[in-house]
Amino acid sequence: MQFRKTWVMALALTSVVALSACGSSNGGNNAATNNGGTNATATTAPTETSSGADLSGSILASGSTALQPLVEQVAEKFMETNKDVDIQVQGGGSGTGLTQVAEKQVDIGNSDVFAEEKLKDADAEKAKALVDHQVAVVAIAAVSHPDAGVDSLTKQQLVDIFTGKVTNWKEVGGKDQKIQIINRPSSSGTRATFEGFALGTKTEDLQGSIQEDSSGTVKKMIGETPGAIGYLALSYLDDSVKTLKYDGVEPSVDNVISGKYPVWAYEHMYTNGEPNEIVKAFLDYIMTPEVQTGDVVELGYIPASQMQVSRDVAGTVTKK
Amino acid sequence: MRVEPKKNKIEKHHLEDFVGRAYMSFCVLLLIVIIVSMVYFVASKGISTFTSGDVKITEFLFGTKWSPEGDAPSYGAFPFIAGSFLVTLIAALIASPLSICAALFMTEIVPGWGKKLLQPVIELLSGIPSVVYGFVGLSVIVPFLRNTFPGQGIGVAAGALVLSVMILPTITSVAADALASLPQNLKESSFALGATRWQTIARVILPTTFPAIMTGVVLGMARAFGEALAVQMVIGNAPFVPKSLFESASTLTSVITLSMGNTTMGSPQNNALWSMALVLMLMTFVFVLLVRMLERRNKI
Repeated sequence: MQFRKTWVMALALTSVVALSACGSSNGGNNAATNNGGTNATATTAPTETSSGADLSGSILASGSTALQPLVEQVAEKFMETNKDVDIQVQGGGSGTGLTQVAEKQVDIGNSDVFAEEKLKDADAEKAKALVDHQVAVVAIAAVSHPDAGVDSLTKQQLVDIFTGKVTNWKEVGGKDQKIQIINRPSSSGTRATFEGFALGTKTEDLQGSIQEDSSGTVKKMIGETPGAIGYLALSYLDDSVKTLKYDGVEPSVDNVISGKYPVWAYEHMYTNGEPNEIVKAFLDYIMTPEVQTGDVVELGYIPASQMQVSRDVAGTVTKK
Repeated sequence: MRVEPKKNKIEKHHLEDFVGRAYMSFCVLLLIVIIVSMVYFVASKGISTFTSGDVKITEFLFGTKWSPEGDAPSYGAFPFIAGSFLVTLIAALIASPLSICAALFMTEIVPGWGKKLLQPVIELLSGIPSVVYGFVGLSVIVPFLRNTFPGQGIGVAAGALVLSVMILPTITSVAADALASLPQNLKESSFALGATRWQTIARVILPTTFPAIMTGVVLGMARAFGEALAVQMVIGNAPFVPKSLFESASTLTSVITLSMGNTTMGSPQNNALWSMALVLMLMTFVFVLLVRMLERRNKI
């Protein structure tokens, strides 16, 4: 009995300790990540400034999976020329990236949308501390199943389709076939871009519509489902789906750069406050012509540096 | 001089004993701490939806409108709860007969080569990553359903079919273990009375092992209830209670995996997703309880 009692006591005690540790989990995590960072710095190079111009330290980035391939590829190159720098890129989604950079758990938060759009209401203060670095542009095109018989849709026709007012392709000049919407989840950044700049309005999910998260799956579904309509980033387009013109404008890289085609969004890399020396060097490297006309284009993004128009949080487009 | 080594020996013995016990206690305590803190974490995040005053618990559990991005956001999770139960039940209905037949085949009908052939094949199924199941479902099952039944192929039926294959190994291995551990004399008495093999299986073996087989079914259902990726790929994820088996629907897990990364920590939508995780965890508790109860019945 005595033995059992001690066990129970010990269990109760550890549980209490665990619970109290949990209570401050955010702070705890912060400290852990930051310590991890500085430890890594300490092991790679004893003092940061000792080696003169050479950079050393570590960068942790997380967030948007749409931006992840670009950041990873550029990070590899950056680490080749700066041997003492260690860059880790994690996915997790735009919301995760913004949360973690706002709480200083990571150095860079990657996002498909402006921080102000995700960090609202009670979190609005957090968004103010973040500094935006727009490294690339992603354009999104409406696409349909190749046999739907439609070449171009107007803004109003798209709105009617995605709000469920039009349910047959023949009503917009196509075949007599039911329209099957293949959407993104309502929290997705791609959907926010498409709704904001192609439709100009938010849409509700319709009964029977399909939501898929990854661009690869969306493309497969649109290509295989008769009567399907959806939207994809330009880098995903190929012959398995039909790319639709928007108000008669071809969704091409040139049209995006010149500002003729409006359905595009920045890829953001947010830092909490002004970036430190290493992070700034990395962000500057992404904006060099070498990366902008090399990796950025190669991976299907549009170079932010070439854009002839710019857009702010409110969606106002201005000529540069 | 003589006494000392003897004393040393005892001390070493005690020391080993102590180290062993301390290490084991540490591991057990760590495990318990991890479990308790995870339960606490999910519960505290899940409950914050209701304590922050954003959503009422009845609205969350029974509300049928899920539109967190709308102008007047509403957080009704009923379509997801219904979807989870629907796919799980249908998957169990499809998989249980198949699994029980496979287990009977391995243990009663052809115990020799049947077991040698079938067991590794079925165990192989549990090693296949769920994204592969999802992709096979998307490439094979969905087109098949689209060409055979009304609708677009994506929906509850596709999700349940994919899940039923995924839970086959769980149910089969538990059922096979139960059948193999059946006392030999029960079967022998039945044969001695002149019963055929089928009569023995139907009247003696299945009724006696029923609770153990049900344990397997419940474990399989628990797996199906918690599976996320494969279902998410083929079920369509529309936030509605489906009107037919071939219509797009959502499960708790599919909504969590779709939206968790896109929402920021602490936002009402993110909290609502944690509440769904809490519902999933509570359901797992129920499944575990069911298994414990079945095991108890099994012993008698």
